[in-house]
Amino acid sequence: MENSVEKSRIARLLDNDVWHSYIRSPVAIISSIVTLIAIFGALFAPFLAPNDPFDMVAIDIMDSSLPPAWQLDGDPRFLLGTDDQGRGILSTIMYGARISLFVGFASVIFSMVVGITLGLISGYVGGRVDAFIMRIADIQLSFPAILIALLLDGVARGIVPKELHEDVTIYVLVFAIGISGWVQYARTVRGSTLVEKNKEYVQAARVIGIRRGTILRRHILPNVMGPVMVIATIHLAIAIITEATLSFLGVGVPPTTPSLGTLIRIGNEYLFSGEWWITIFPGAALVILVLAVNLLGDWLRDALNPKLR
Amino acid sequence: MKLRHGLMVAAAAAAIAVAAPVVKAETFKYAFQGNLSSLDPHSLNETFLLVSLGNIYEGLSIYDDNLGIQPGLAESWETIEPTKWKFNLRKGVKFHNGNDFTAQDVVFSWQRALSEGSDQKVRASKIKAIEVIDDHTIIIETPAPNPILTSDLVFVYIMDKEWSEKNKTASATSASADNTGNYANLHSNGTGPFKVVDHKADVKTTFDRNPAYWSKIKSNVTKVEFTPIKEAATRVAALISGELDLVYPIPVQDWKRLDEAEGVKALAGPEARTIFLGMDQSRDELLYSNIKGKNPFKDIRVRQAFAHALNLEAIKKKVMRGAATPTGLMVAPQINGFVEELNTPYAYDPAKSKALLVEAGYPDGFEVTMDCPNNRYVNDEKICQAAVSMLAKVGVKVSLLAQPKSKYFGKVLSSGGFDTSFYLLGWTPGTMDSENVLSSLLSCQNKETKTGLFNLGNYCNPKVDELTKKVGSETDQVKRNAMIKEIFQTVKDEYGYLPLHQQPLSWGVSDRVTVSQRADNGLDFRYVVVNK
Amino acid sequence: MVSFLFKRLLQSVIVMFTVGLIAFSMFRFVGDPINNMVGQDTSEQERIELRERLGLDDPFLVQFGRFALNAVQGDFGMSYKYRVPVSGMIFERMPATLELSFVAAILSLALGIPLGVYTALKRNSFLSKLIMTTSLVGVSLPTFLTGILLILFFGVVLRWLPTFGRGDVVEFSAWSTGFLTVSGLKSLILPSITLALFQMTLIMRLVRAEMLEVLRTDFVKFAKARGLPNRLVNFKHALKNTLVPVITITGLQLGSLIAFAIITESVFQWPGMGLLFIQAIADVDIPIMAAYLVLIAFFFVLINMIVDILYYAVDPRLRADNE
Repeated sequence: MENSVEKSRIARLLDNDVWHSYIRSPVAIISSIVTLIAIFGALFAPFLAPNDPFDMVAIDIMDSSLPPAWQLDGDPRFLLGTDDQGRGILSTIMYGARISLFVGFASVIFSMVVGITLGLISGYVGGRVDAFIMRIADIQLSFPAILIALLLDGVARGIVPKELHEDVTIYVLVFAIGISGWVQYARTVRGSTLVEKNKEYVQAARVIGIRRGTILRRHILPNVMGPVMVIATIHLAIAIITEATLSFLGVGVPPTTPSLGTLIRIGNEYLFSGEWWITIFPGAALVILVLAVNLLGDWLRDALNPKLR
Repeated sequence: MKLRHGLMVAAAAAAIAVAAPVVKAETFKYAFQGNLSSLDPHSLNETFLLVSLGNIYEGLSIYDDNLGIQPGLAESWETIEPTKWKFNLRKGVKFHNGNDFTAQDVVFSWQRALSEGSDQKVRASKIKAIEVIDDHTIIIETPAPNPILTSDLVFVYIMDKEWSEKNKTASATSASADNTGNYANLHSNGTGPFKVVDHKADVKTTFDRNPAYWSKIKSNVTKVEFTPIKEAATRVAALISGELDLVYPIPVQDWKRLDEAEGVKALAGPEARTIFLGMDQSRDELLYSNIKGKNPFKDIRVRQAFAHALNLEAIKKKVMRGAATPTGLMVAPQINGFVEELNTPYAYDPAKSKALLVEAGYPDGFEVTMDCPNNRYVNDEKICQAAVSMLAKVGVKVSLLAQPKSKYFGKVLSSGGFDTSFYLLGWTPGTMDSENVLSSLLSCQNKETKTGLFNLGNYCNPKVDELTKKVGSETDQVKRNAMIKEIFQTVKDEYGYLPLHQQPLSWGVSDRVTVSQRADNGLDFRYVVVNK
Repeated sequence: MVSFLFKRLLQSVIVMFTVGLIAFSMFRFVGDPINNMVGQDTSEQERIELRERLGLDDPFLVQFGRFALNAVQGDFGMSYKYRVPVSGMIFERMPATLELSFVAAILSLALGIPLGVYTALKRNSFLSKLIMTTSLVGVSLPTFLTGILLILFFGVVLRWLPTFGRGDVVEFSAWSTGFLTVSGLKSLILPSITLALFQMTLIMRLVRAEMLEVLRTDFVKFAKARGLPNRLVNFKHALKNTLVPVITITGLQLGSLIAFAIITESVFQWPGMGLLFIQAIADVDIPIMAAYLVLIAFFFVLINMIVDILYYAVDPRLRADNE
């Protein structure tokens, strides 16, 4: 019974308001298409990319710094030209987006899980637990993601054996970016929980003896998912940017498996060299991807807020 | 203050007017990627710091713009016994505060360079004793015959004894807390052609011309401003926009742009630094490899296979944009002991390389990790990446660990226990003599004799060690060079190291100035001229 | 009231202690500082002696105890690299960072508030939508890229503005200001825009959201119904109610502005604390890193505490909770 109520609520939401808002918003349609293309391209990069930029045997230094294919010295094998090592720019962008999106999604999911769990507990249990969690949140908020990531990266490099550095860097990034984002989820969820837990249906559920965990999961969680999705979308954009910034500061993923941010950092060294494609294409790819995600988040916020309609 | 400053400028201008008809104050502004961490000449053994301070302080001998040894604070010298040198000190030289330069200052500075906290102990310990004959004559005794003493003394800068003692800076600035606020760290008083008027470490340092300098110099500059700028793009932008007269280093790929831009150009030249790859040849099993129970690099055929797998021309052309000099020797042409006929690099021959690997018992190659710095040498990380790709083509799978220099050196140097199997390193012998390379890089690791401490892979041949010892005390240049040649020949035949190239000096210069680019990447203000 | 203050103070102390401990323990792992303090060919024996003199081989707790005790007295030791007291270096750099952050904050408020009000009032106009969308472009560019592009365009191509540094500064004993010289002011433009861009978008969106909320409230509707002119209602009543949360958030953001200055400072070679910190990381100059982190934590704790106390003074419910 509860299931069907819940399902119909979600279905109604999608079928009516959100969907209609989506259909009427060209910005939302375009940005979602862009995002999907990016995800698709990244996910299937090994099958779609014209060359494999991580295959050391295939890379030839003599192919380095070739301009895009349509220019005079261009090579048809490399549509967007090559970088300083002879890797095709198009392929590195596809593989790079894969890493950027992985870091983005993984850190968002990480902070979502932590944030929602702590927010639910904080709001539902209240009292000392609530005060404790919220205080930690305050402390956490005082440190920007970048500073936390710099700290954690340093610690990780010290603890982890040297030969594993390259393998763990990406998880350190996910953890660092994720851990600095949970507070927003926790606060939002806590707020909604406080409202929901005093509503009659929750009271009723409690009276008939449904366990606390079940109540939280079945009744309260679905009601807070709307705002959480909005935060998650914007957080995804922030996570991708943060990863790029950390790469610039030198604590990003290793350059042998570059993310979009690492590609831009490398490209920076070619800003004055006339080899504009090494900088411009990865930069444009990053901006377009993040912009699309941001626009989606923006639209979602308005669409889910019935007051603004 | 203001008035005095004006007078000084006027005096400086008057002094220059003798050489060239200049009256106006000329300011020269430049930037380097690193910073001037201290003004104390004995605080840090780093080329940039030493060369920069060489504009304020001087040694008994000095380098000219070709790194030739010239008389500095010593007018002349002679060897009276194999271990005894007589130095005639220059008369009439004054420190910036007006004090006279005498033999006592030399003794004091030598002792200070040996003091706790000094990073110049190695150079200072080339002197065993100093005997003062009179105010302007000293006899220096060396622990062993040392044919290159005057090279060793270039960077042993002379400070004013009276000034140092008055300001309680009689021992070198050290990092330990018991030496708080060392005066010489932030203040200076040398004999050089320029003096520091304002110094904020890591922000800006301003120099003024020393009007009382003892020698005529080429420069017409009256004021110099130095700013450290870490980001290469910011450096290049500041040059092109006309805010600075000189920035270095600049990325080699930006040369074309600089030459196209108006009013600036790239200034390139060969640096005396040799970049090479080294292999762990001493452990019975490599630390970072999939081959267990034996060390492939102990087999000369494997080292040979590596040598023939590297395409130095491709690295030169593509990574270094034509700006490197591929080399077969561990020293550059500017270094004493360089042997032209040994300088041909190992031939690029991947087929031969593969065959050698098969012969050595690795038909499918093997895996090894390579250590590489990413902010120390010109395009260091890119060279490593290129090498990885070249070795992949003969079947050797190299995983690259590229790190900032602090982490890299912490791992591979003796302090990290030589924790590497395969690495890239660069080396400039500070004395401009091969002996430094022989004892630091080619001798067996030996903590007692302090030799081979930068021989990270411990290439070890007792015959080389023995010859190196002889080179250290041989004063006959011809015999000495013959022994140096024999060592280089041996190391080359044994594929002890894989030399790659001499990296280029890469400066960006405004057309407003003419500068002289020294092979140790040093900027000497004496040769900076603002063009009319 | 006293117990509330005491609680907050105790919490702040715990926060500072935790930050200190984390910062300090992390430093043990970032690399061997010796390699940056001596030249490449300094002998092994001298390296060992230096380690001993610096106490780098002491047990962890001993090192931390020494650090904490000195830090409380404002002594963060000597910089490994520059060999001068760290607190002096940090205070020397502080004006540069604070001036940059201050200008950036003013800039983001001065642009963010009017744009936010406009986009809220004319919610469906084309211009509003354009502003909303382009503001997103601003936050979709990584800060370092924005900075480099600004340098490229205004510094190199047009040559209007300086590409790096602070220009000429005027010194007032401990404070050096770039506000009083032409080159100092010109040097501020590009870095402060770079730093402000993100905050501006944030403030604009915040103002817009708050405005929309307030405009829907009964008292605004009532005021409009009473026939008060729109302009008066919008600005006198609606905006006034919007500004309280905006100013609070801006205050809290000031801390992150200082931290974000790290990136701006390294792109523009701005001689502030952030640049000092990022170079200290590269040089493994532990005392500088420790001092910077503790100082930033102190700023945050201070701002948080002021905000807390203000809330406490304003909101009677909090008092009821605590007493």
